[in-house]
Amino acid sequence: MTHPIRGKTAVVGIATFGCGEAPGWSSIELMCQSAMLALADAGIPLHEVDGVFAATATHAFPTMSVAEYLGVKPRYFDGTNVGGSSFEQHMLNAALALDAGLCNVALICYGSNQRTASGKLVPLSEPQPYETPYKPRMPMNAYALAASRHMHEYGTTREQMAEVAVAARGWANLNPEAFMHGKPLSVADVMGSRLISDPFTALDCCLVTDGGAACVMVRADRAKDCAQQPAYLLGAAGANWHRTISMMPDLTVTACAESGPRAFGMAGMTQADVDLVMLYDAFTINTILFLEDLGFCPKGEGGRFVAEGRIAPGGDLAVNTNGGGLSCVHPGMYGMYLIVESVRQLRGQAGARQVAECNVALLNGNGGTLSSQITALLGTAAAL
Amino acid sequence: MADTIGGPEAQFRAFLKQGRFMLQRSRSTGKHVYYPRVAVPGSGETDLDWVEAAGTGTVYATTVNRTRDGNTNLAIIELDEGPRMMSRVEGVAAETVKIGQRVRARIAVEDAAEIILFEVLA
Repeated sequence: MTHPIRGKTAVVGIATFGCGEAPGWSSIELMCQSAMLALADAGIPLHEVDGVFAATATHAFPTMSVAEYLGVKPRYFDGTNVGGSSFEQHMLNAALALDAGLCNVALICYGSNQRTASGKLVPLSEPQPYETPYKPRMPMNAYALAASRHMHEYGTTREQMAEVAVAARGWANLNPEAFMHGKPLSVADVMGSRLISDPFTALDCCLVTDGGAACVMVRADRAKDCAQQPAYLLGAAGANWHRTISMMPDLTVTACAESGPRAFGMAGMTQADVDLVMLYDAFTINTILFLEDLGFCPKGEGGRFVAEGRIAPGGDLAVNTNGGGLSCVHPGMYGMYLIVESVRQLRGQAGARQVAECNVALLNGNGGTLSSQITALLGTAAAL
Repeated sequence: MADTIGGPEAQFRAFLKQGRFMLQRSRSTGKHVYYPRVAVPGSGETDLDWVEAAGTGTVYATTVNRTRDGNTNLAIIELDEGPRMMSRVEGVAAETVKIGQRVRARIAVEDAAEIILFEVLA
C-alpha cells in the first residue's frame, strides 16, 4: 500500500548564498537572503510563506528570528534542532504540516558566518557531564573513535578513508560553487596531511565555511504550477539512538540502519532505484558508515566499496556530487545542502557534474556525533 | 545510597570524592548502569543500588589528540560489568593505546573535580 504522504509534497524552490566566505554578512542575513532566492526560484511571493522551519548554532529561537526578519506571520513553525540533520527532519515535518493543511508554503532555511566570524566550528552544545571532563575535541574525536573501531573490526584502512576525500574533491572540481574547486587532491595528499585525531588527518575532516541555504515546499497539486520542475518527497524517516559518542550502542552501526529502511519503505523503493546518494560527510568515515547502513554494501565492506574511485566522478555510484562537506561547503550544519544538491540533480541543473537520468535521490542527514540520522528520498515526476 | 542529597549524578560524584568508583546495578535484572541514571536505559527498572566497580575494563575505541602542547589519549572503555564510558588511558604514550588492551581505573583530580582515568594493565 502506498504510504499516505508519499509524493504528496515537493521541493519547488532552492537556493544557496554566500557559500565559502561571506565577509561582513551575518548568519541571519545569509539565511534570509537564501530564503528570498529560494522563493524567487519557486516563483512564490514572500507573503505566501505561512510555514517556517529553521535551526542554527547561533539562534535560540530561529523560527522567530526568520519570521521577524522576513516580516512573515507563519501559522506553522518548527525549530527542531537535531544538529546537521535538522533540515531533513524539517522536510519531513513540513510534508506532514502541508499534507494536513496546517500551512501552504513551507520555508526551510539555514545560515552561518562561522568561517569569517570565528574560523572554527561553532558548537551550540551544552557541556556533557560524562564526557567534557576528559576534554574531547568535538565533534572530531567522536568520529575518530568510530573510525578506530571500524578499522579494528573490519580492517578498514587509512587509504580507503582517503579515497572518500579524494572522490569528494573530484566532484568539487566539477562544481564551481565548491570551496575547494580547482584544487586537485590525491590519496597521498590526504595521508600525508597533518594527523590531528588518529586516524584522521586534517583532510579527513570537513571544511569550515560560511554559507546560507534554503528550500521551499508546497503540496503536489500546486507544485505542478511552480516555476521549476518539482522534486517530490517520496519517503523520509528518522532514527536517534544516542546523544554522546560514548553511549552509542555500536560505534560501527549508525541509526540510519533503521531510518534508511523506513524511508525506502515509505517510498516503496530499494537501493537499485537510487540514481544519486547524498550523505552527510562531516568526516571521511561517515560516507563509509552510511553506505553500509543504508544497504549500498554489506556491513564492514564500506572501505573496500569506496576504493578505486567507485564513488568519484565516472564511478559506479554517484555520491556527494557537490563535493560534500569535505570539499564543497560546511557552515557548521550541512544538512540543507544535501537537499539543494539533490534537487539540482533531479532538475538536471548540475552542470558538468550532472548525473545522467537522475530521477531518484537519497539523502541522509547526520546530526550530533553520529547521533541523529534522517534519511529521505526525493524524485522527479517520473519517480512518482 | 551515598550520604548526600540530590540525584544520581550528585551521588556518583560524592562517592568519587570519597575515592570510590561506583556503578548502579538493577536488583531484579543484575544489569549495571553507567552513566548514573534514574532508571535502567531502555527497560526502565528503577530498582538501582550502588555497587563498587571492579575498575577493570577493555579499550573499545581510541584516538589521539595531537596538538602543539603534545599528544593526549581519548578512549571509550568497556567496563567488565558491561557499560562503556569515555576516559583517557594514561601512563603510556597516547598513540600506543590499542583497542582490546586491558586497563584499570584510578581516580584523579583534574580542574578541582574527581575524574576516572585508566592505565594499562601489565
